[in-house]
Amino acid sequence: MTKLAQWLWGLALLGSTWAALTTGALGLELPSSCREVLWPLPAYLLVSAGCYALGTVGYRVATFHDCEDAARELQSQIQEARADLTRRGMRF
Amino acid sequence: MASEEASRSPRRSRREPEGRAPRQDKYSVLLPTYNERENLPLIVWLLVKSFSESGINYEIIIIDDGSPDGTRDVAEQLEKIYGSDKIHHVKYLISSVLLRPREKKLGLGTAYIHGMKHATGNYIIIMDADLSHHPKFIPEFIRKQKEGNFDIVSGTRYKGNGGVYGWDLKRKIISRGANFITQILLRPGASDLTGSFRLYRKEVLQKLIEKCVSKGYVFQMEMIVRARQLNYTIGEVPISFVDRVYGESKLGGNEIVSFLKGLLTLFATT
Repeated sequence: MTKLAQWLWGLALLGSTWAALTTGALGLELPSSCREVLWPLPAYLLVSAGCYALGTVGYRVATFHDCEDAARELQSQIQEARADLTRRGMRF
Repeated sequence: MASEEASRSPRRSRREPEGRAPRQDKYSVLLPTYNERENLPLIVWLLVKSFSESGINYEIIIIDDGSPDGTRDVAEQLEKIYGSDKIHHVKYLISSVLLRPREKKLGLGTAYIHGMKHATGNYIIIMDADLSHHPKFIPEFIRKQKEGNFDIVSGTRYKGNGGVYGWDLKRKIISRGANFITQILLRPGASDLTGSFRLYRKEVLQKLIEKCVSKGYVFQMEMIVRARQLNYTIGEVPISFVDRVYGESKLGGNEIVSFLKGLLTLFATT
């Protein structure tokens, strides 16, 4: 099963459960307070998923390591490499 | 192109005996280049340093894509400097494109296939020749591979002490965002999909390249996704990625669009 199919299956399952519960197709009598929560639930989920995504990406951008040391080390090694290679007869 | 296809015949895969005796492991570094005359001597020097300090059996294979900037001259000088040495070994290959310099640049996959034909190691290390990947991490890759007997060890910028240098905020946001979406959609089991600093068992790389069709950033991503499909194991080592010291780094609108296309293709087909 492709990842696309997995997603479609998951969404279809959740969607139909939600539809069945909100429309009362199963003949279940839910208390009205439940129905009030259930009806806008997909919108809530969508918004919280979006918040989670933004929060995670934001946090990861903020904590992305800046490898200053690695860059400095590389620069000094480049000098060393040039000198050594020139000594070995390399023409740059 | 035609000769390239023809020489991809399966008999190649028989050269490496399956039941490996306790002989020493050998690591072949494949360095695909295009206009890297500035960086090539430096990366080779760093590789030689890293390998000889840790006493690893290795070879370096430069696969040039017909660069017009004199990369070839530099590579031949390096061959002379290091090639004669008993321990060191630098091989320089001219990609078939050299014969037809006007032809569009070939994909990385073609370069790897070409390089692997000449590789004598049982492990292959692929990395960029532009100094963004530092050879000091290779001994860590090797340690990691032995530790978990992994089929692939991938460098990662997104975990542990991994990181980048020389990226502005926009670049970081794009990178993190793309990585997040990819992780959600593909659940690939590796944190850095677009990176190209990796160690493969030779036969694993051979198998994967046969399966992969995409180009550019997506190629590296597809390699990992296919690896998962084929149940290969993947280990990860945090790396620091120092963006191009010489030359330009490329990330334009085109790259982003083709990345998204590739991502969706993999999403729908794997």
